[in-house]
Amino acid sequence: MTIWRIVFKSLRQHALSTVVTALCIALAGGLLMSVWSVKEQSQATFTGVNAGFDAVLGARGSKLQLVLNAIFHLESSPGNLSWSDFLDVRNNPSVELAVPLAVGDNYRGYRLVGTTVDLFNRAEYAKGKHFTVIPPGRLFEPTLREAVAGSFAARKLGLKPGDTFHPFHGLIFDEKNQHSETYVVVGILEPSNTPADRVLWIPLAGIQKMTGHDPHAATDVSAVLVKLKEGSAIAGFQMDMMYNKQGNRLTFAWPIGTVMAELFDKLGWFDRVLGLVAYLVALVATASILAGIYNSMNERRREIAILRALGARRMTVFSAILLEAAAIAAVGMAMGFICYGIILVIVAGLIRAQTGVVLDPLKFNPVLLWAPGMLVTLGGLAGLVPAVKAYRTDVAEHLAPTS
Amino acid sequence: MPLLEISNLKKTFTAPDGTEQTVVNVKSFTLARKAQVALEGESGSGKTTFLHLIAGILKPDSGRIVLSGQEMSALNEPARDRLRATTIGYIFQSFNLLQGYTCLENVLLGMSFGAGANRGHSQKLLKRVGLGHRLDHYPRQLSTGQQQRVAVARALANSPKLVLADEPTGNLDHKNARESLALIREACREDGAALLLVSHSREVLAQFDNIQPFSRINAASREEARV
Repeated sequence: MTIWRIVFKSLRQHALSTVVTALCIALAGGLLMSVWSVKEQSQATFTGVNAGFDAVLGARGSKLQLVLNAIFHLESSPGNLSWSDFLDVRNNPSVELAVPLAVGDNYRGYRLVGTTVDLFNRAEYAKGKHFTVIPPGRLFEPTLREAVAGSFAARKLGLKPGDTFHPFHGLIFDEKNQHSETYVVVGILEPSNTPADRVLWIPLAGIQKMTGHDPHAATDVSAVLVKLKEGSAIAGFQMDMMYNKQGNRLTFAWPIGTVMAELFDKLGWFDRVLGLVAYLVALVATASILAGIYNSMNERRREIAILRALGARRMTVFSAILLEAAAIAAVGMAMGFICYGIILVIVAGLIRAQTGVVLDPLKFNPVLLWAPGMLVTLGGLAGLVPAVKAYRTDVAEHLAPTS
Repeated sequence: MPLLEISNLKKTFTAPDGTEQTVVNVKSFTLARKAQVALEGESGSGKTTFLHLIAGILKPDSGRIVLSGQEMSALNEPARDRLRATTIGYIFQSFNLLQGYTCLENVLLGMSFGAGANRGHSQKLLKRVGLGHRLDHYPRQLSTGQQQRVAVARALANSPKLVLADEPTGNLDHKNARESLALIREACREDGAALLLVSHSREVLAQFDNIQPFSRINAASREEARV
């Protein structure tokens, strides 16, 4: 109990340096934990998002671009494929469901995607979960200028059933490029925490026949989402061979998760740089504990001498300094969790706004255990040098004045 | 059997110029239980070093110190620390109170390394030295006289058998010095503790029946004087 009292008193006596050092630790710990957690969660989430499909078929080009465009509604389309290509893949005996997508327009920066009602009625974006419209809304009629808004897009654009809007040409909002067609919002989707939440869904023909679009491409589609029949994994290989190796017109991005994993592999260096920065910050913060305590050792030596004169053992003052260093790190780490929460909420918000993918700030990650453990241990070790100095304090010399 | 027995005690320091300087060279010294003895000596005569040796803060180069039947030189450092905490109360000239601790906490800390912290006993001790109303004050909020009284309470915290007082009134004015000294002597008497006080102040020494010139005990002082 005495030793904790000594530690507590010392922390209070050096409150400013304690708080500043603890804040450094908090920042380092928060950064380390959030970098790790965001990296792992985003990797797991992005490679897991597939809207319930196994593959994407699109124009010849990059598989990654195709997946980002058709699944995450990011990036531009690599090009179009003909209606007959769509029919071919839909009629393939190994394919359970093929849903065409057409892109090329937006409303105030939120992408309009043309599709069929199969996406809502037949596809499961997660096991047992369909995209559903919040009652009393309904799905669009394929032949009418109607739209169903994703929950995030509806909230951001302030859209509700009955509202009307004019689409704008292109994927980037430019108010000079307004189309003359008027669309009516007939439903808002239940939040699905998928990229679909950021999209305004309209009938396929709506995009295909929008004024100003090339009439020769009026039956083309931008991509086809493909779900293979259960137990036909071999079909994926066959289609991969057919479209990617034997053919040269189309690209078959399969499996979707692997394509995304390749993206994360390519971005691995960035993770490592971020991780390195976090480790360096942790190291600097640990060094600040050492510097903070070490610099105050001259004023502490008299106190240490008094404690020793009162009967405190060398090991007691040694341990008190070590504990103080570890306590600063522990206080810092407690604040680090707040830092972590703030960083994660901000990053999760940004990722959601940009991609529609939702990260969970409260989701457990082992880094939440090992990072605090590591920093508190490092903090304790940082106290080793001043602790040795305390251990060696010459009591008689520091109990001035002498006669 | 006396409380404190010292024989052939020697302590030498190396001066900055590299020469060996014997500061304490005590052939023989004893202190009876409950006795109150004042050692008279000038500054630099080795009085503080002598008290530090008795307290086990310094280790002698040679000689024996037997305190309450235990030979100090035979003990390792942790055991000497323990003996100091339980058997000795130390009053310093500059009080040496911990500035970040309240009066009560200073006294409690004095107990922590000995008999164990006892809040009730600490409060009683502070009341006894007239500071019952200043328990939660920090040393900087007290006058020098009051600070010295906290130091007295802390020295008595573990019911020591021996109280060592090193120029305890050196930082006090005449009135406070007189009162403080009376308090120390009375407290030691009431608690049955022996008191070994070192001072060069004639006023302080005049209040003791048993005054011993330190130069007569410490051969090193005599040699220093001859030099």
